[in-house]
Amino acid sequence: MDWVWSHAGDLWSLVLTHVGLSVPPIVLGFVISVPLGYWASRSAAARAVLLTLGNVLYTIPSLAFILLVPVVLGFALLDAKNVLVALTVYAIAIMVRSAADAFASVSASVRESAVAQGFSPAQRFLRVELPLAGPVLLAGVRVVSVSTVSLATIGSLAGIDSLGNLFTDGFQRDFAVEIITGIVLVLALAAVFDVVLSLVGRLLLPWSRRTGRGRVRRSAPAAASVSEQVA
Amino acid sequence: MAIEFRHVSKTFPDGTTAVEDFSLSIPSHETTVLVGSSGCGKTTLLRMINRMVDPSSGSILIDGEDISGIPPVGLRRRIGYVMQNSGLLPHRTVADNVATVPMLTGVPKRKAREDALALLDRVGLDRGLAKRYPAQLSGGQQQRVGVARGLAVDPNILLMDEPFGAVDPIVRDELQQELLRLQGSLGKTVVFVTHDIDEAFLLGNQVVILQRGGRVAQVGSPKEILANPANDFVADFIGAKRGKRRLTAEAGASGDEVLLVDAAGYAAGVITAPGGRLELATAGSSPKSRSVSNKTDQAGDA
Ligand SMILES: Nc1ncnc2c1ncn2[C@@H]1O[C@H](COP(=O)(O)OP(=O)(O)OP(=O)(O)O)[C@@H](O)[C@H]1O
Ligand SMILES: [Mg+2]
Repeated sequence: MDWVWSHAGDLWSLVLTHVGLSVPPIVLGFVISVPLGYWASRSAAARAVLLTLGNVLYTIPSLAFILLVPVVLGFALLDAKNVLVALTVYAIAIMVRSAADAFASVSASVRESAVAQGFSPAQRFLRVELPLAGPVLLAGVRVVSVSTVSLATIGSLAGIDSLGNLFTDGFQRDFAVEIITGIVLVLALAAVFDVVLSLVGRLLLPWSRRTGRGRVRRSAPAAASVSEQVA
Repeated sequence: MAIEFRHVSKTFPDGTTAVEDFSLSIPSHETTVLVGSSGCGKTTLLRMINRMVDPSSGSILIDGEDISGIPPVGLRRRIGYVMQNSGLLPHRTVADNVATVPMLTGVPKRKAREDALALLDRVGLDRGLAKRYPAQLSGGQQQRVGVARGLAVDPNILLMDEPFGAVDPIVRDELQQELLRLQGSLGKTVVFVTHDIDEAFLLGNQVVILQRGGRVAQVGSPKEILANPANDFVADFIGAKRGKRRLTAEAGASGDEVLLVDAAGYAAGVITAPGGRLELATAGSSPKSRSVSNKTDQAGDA
């Protein structure tokens, strides 16, 4: 514990670095996946291609991926962008599927009724489909958030600073306190992200809590489409 | 706001022909009911009026204007649409659901909300429900909100696709009466789709009996159709063949009542006949005086 207090300043700055490394991929992953997921929910062909691609990308070992990015994109070997790109790709790989399920979960009768009322396609997307996909999208972002915060530690293996430094450093020095501190900080950070996301969800999706029923009904078709994909 | 179908056909991309060479004149300020069994093309016909479905051939005119030239979004905003599962937006409150379309057309939020509350009164809903979400309402209440939403832009045309199909018979009865009352004061051009012939006869000034492929089996007022079914299909559909529509009078328990019995011996209801004598209504009586129906509950009301 003494070690922790004497290094509080360094630890705090590592936490901030880690935040800086995980937030952009979560945000970018979301922003890019929403239109892709929407497309996948409208066209069976797009769905097949995008989800397969997502699966393939996700199976690339993360360290190899981080080392591959500078080769492909021409960044410097120790550029944090390598990790940002790799994490964003993983985020998209997870999130596209959630987004596709989220949009597929919007009931056809509600969508049709929006058309019948005279919503333009853009209004229908922004005011009906996006908010109704919200609960499933939120569930997807929460998974992406936890996975990104934990995955970002890999950066340390490729020489990019993150909370993972505590693992590599603790390992080299055979110093358990440092490793445990790293694990606790990663878990705590993931928990904080999750709480923030769920608060944002409460704020943006008040109806999904107040009605209760909505959530259950919407998650059912999402689960169904996942199992259909597996089969 | 008369609507005219001229030789309209619709074949979907998958090759299904839902409607073939359909022609019909729908008079304004009246209720026209399209009735037929499942899959005969009712919804397809209805959705062609607001261009949710475009015909493969033929044309549809509203007040003489071919609607194929009218941008669909604008057209839909001036035509009310009510559907079976209410189709309310689950993430908007009742008041917002009703106010949505007016707001899309530029009515200020405040005014749209106020109008929405007035519309809730109009369809017999408590204003206390305005802040609820649709999932917090009963099926019947949701349908009333659906009707209020359909009326929100004060459209001349109201399209209703089996709006009362998913509620229990008692609530359906209430909703039908409410619609009759509303229509009595509003006089919209209502096109109503149902597969329930009793509902069709109750609500329709003009009833269109459809066969598969949108083929018109008969068009007429309920009286005309009941009195003269055009063919066996119609007779069968309205229940005339099974004797459901032909009622015989028998003396009831008290001298002032006449018991009505259908061909199967089922007691359909009673008519109060002072002194045991039936007075026949004179010609030209209101079409809504069709109190002798095959439904016990309605005949009982009479
Ligand atoms: N988008 C579509 N693509 C292909 N076929 C369709 C489509 N919509 C309807 N159909 C077909 O067209 C026919 C008429 O359908 P429609 O929905 O108009 O019937 P309906 O009379 O409203 O039936 P119901 O009483 O069951 O609602 C059916 O055979 C239906 O399967
Ligand atoms: Mg239908």
